[in-house]
Amino acid sequence: MSFEESMARLDEIVQLLEKGDAPLESALELFEEGTGLVAKCGKLLDSAEARIVKLMKGKDGKPEELQFDDEE
Amino acid sequence: MNKKIFSVAELNGLIKKMMDSSPVLSRVYVRGELSNYKIYPSGHHYFTIKDTEAALRCVMFRREASTLRFRPENGMKVIASGRVSVYPRDGQYQLYCTGITPDGIGDLHIAYEQLKKKLQEEGLFDREKKKQIPRYPERIAIITSPVGAAVRDMIRVLGKRFPIAKLIILPVRVQGAEAPPEICGAIRYANAHKIADVIITGRGGGSIEDLWAFNDERVARAIYESEIPVISAVGHEPDVTISDFVADLRAATPSNAAELAVPDRVELAEMLRSTDIRLAKALKRQLEACRERLNSLKENRVLKSPLYYIQDRRMLVDFTQEKLISLASGLVHNKKAGFIRLTAALDAMSPLKVLARGYSIVQKEDGTLVKRACDVENGERLKIKLSEGNIACRVTE
Repeated sequence: MSFEESMARLDEIVQLLEKGDAPLESALELFEEGTGLVAKCGKLLDSAEARIVKLMKGKDGKPEELQFDDEE
Repeated sequence: MNKKIFSVAELNGLIKKMMDSSPVLSRVYVRGELSNYKIYPSGHHYFTIKDTEAALRCVMFRREASTLRFRPENGMKVIASGRVSVYPRDGQYQLYCTGITPDGIGDLHIAYEQLKKKLQEEGLFDREKKKQIPRYPERIAIITSPVGAAVRDMIRVLGKRFPIAKLIILPVRVQGAEAPPEICGAIRYANAHKIADVIITGRGGGSIEDLWAFNDERVARAIYESEIPVISAVGHEPDVTISDFVADLRAATPSNAAELAVPDRVELAEMLRSTDIRLAKALKRQLEACRERLNSLKENRVLKSPLYYIQDRRMLVDFTQEKLISLASGLVHNKKAGFIRLTAALDAMSPLKVLARGYSIVQKEDGTLVKRACDVENGERLKIKLSEGNIACRVTE
């Protein structure tokens, strides 16, 4: 699940739980799923390191990804 | 008297020579208004430049005309430059124009206004055609110069705000004649290979000439046709280019583009924390609601003392039973009374009762009842039935 999808599902779960008419068993399941997603997204945000690549035409004419260095 | 008599060609030739050798006429600038502007299929431009007092015929050949950075129109106030000479064939002198610049406003500004109007009328700037920028883009294509502050600022801000996103730099020239094709090529490549969720294209600040690539019609069309949403980030806040109008979102500066493209991870972390709390609160609320329902059910009389329920039911049974009994006996009583009445009535009509009162039944030998005296003959044998016993007899009279 992408970050975007996780956030969307989280939104869904909060709406469902706050509406309050889910049967108790599913409410418990939803809560578990929700807190799981919160943890997963939080971890992703905290630990992510920016990945930067430069797309250039390689020697054979095909594009290739290269490390991007801060040229001045 | 010796007058030199010229041929027409000679005279025109002489005039041409005089004009061509004049240093003034070989490089003039003339200010006026364009009129009768006509572009021939050959590509040559023919027009007149005039003011309130005079007019001058002009021609601009195709090669010079191709350097024009705007479209000359009748009524425009311009400064035309070139040389004045005469066309010997018809004796017309004219300005052989090598350049036209708008008088008062720069020609680039005019071109900008002309293109802006044209694309706006085609609908390229329409609000409804603009695409939504994804909220959490995980791949961002940056089409800009690989050197300079713009790309550095974007990388810095994007990395700080949303390091989850992978940044793909497509290095291009951002000024000069080669810039528009490179920018278009990069946009098209990004689309063809779907390498990103959003594209940021732009450059740092500069003069209108420096930013000109982002006013190029080809770049505008490439942005319009891009299926990946495009954020345009050209120059500084007051710089507005055609790319800014066509793009799905305009950023005032490259750093601003980074802010618009992604959310801030600090804000996101805060949002996740409050979501955690919301989830717990919602669950707690639901549990409490269930508990209350349970309690109120427990309090219900029926559950508290099942005996009450049974007693109620038992009373009901008793009442019902009594009712049934009284109804039944009432019914029997009525039926009995009716029966007695009928039997009594029947009884009253019984022939036996009649006989008991002294009447008798007289029958002939064959059993026929005798009701009238004339029914019998003398000597006939008859049977008389009494309440007790029978008498056999013969008629004597």
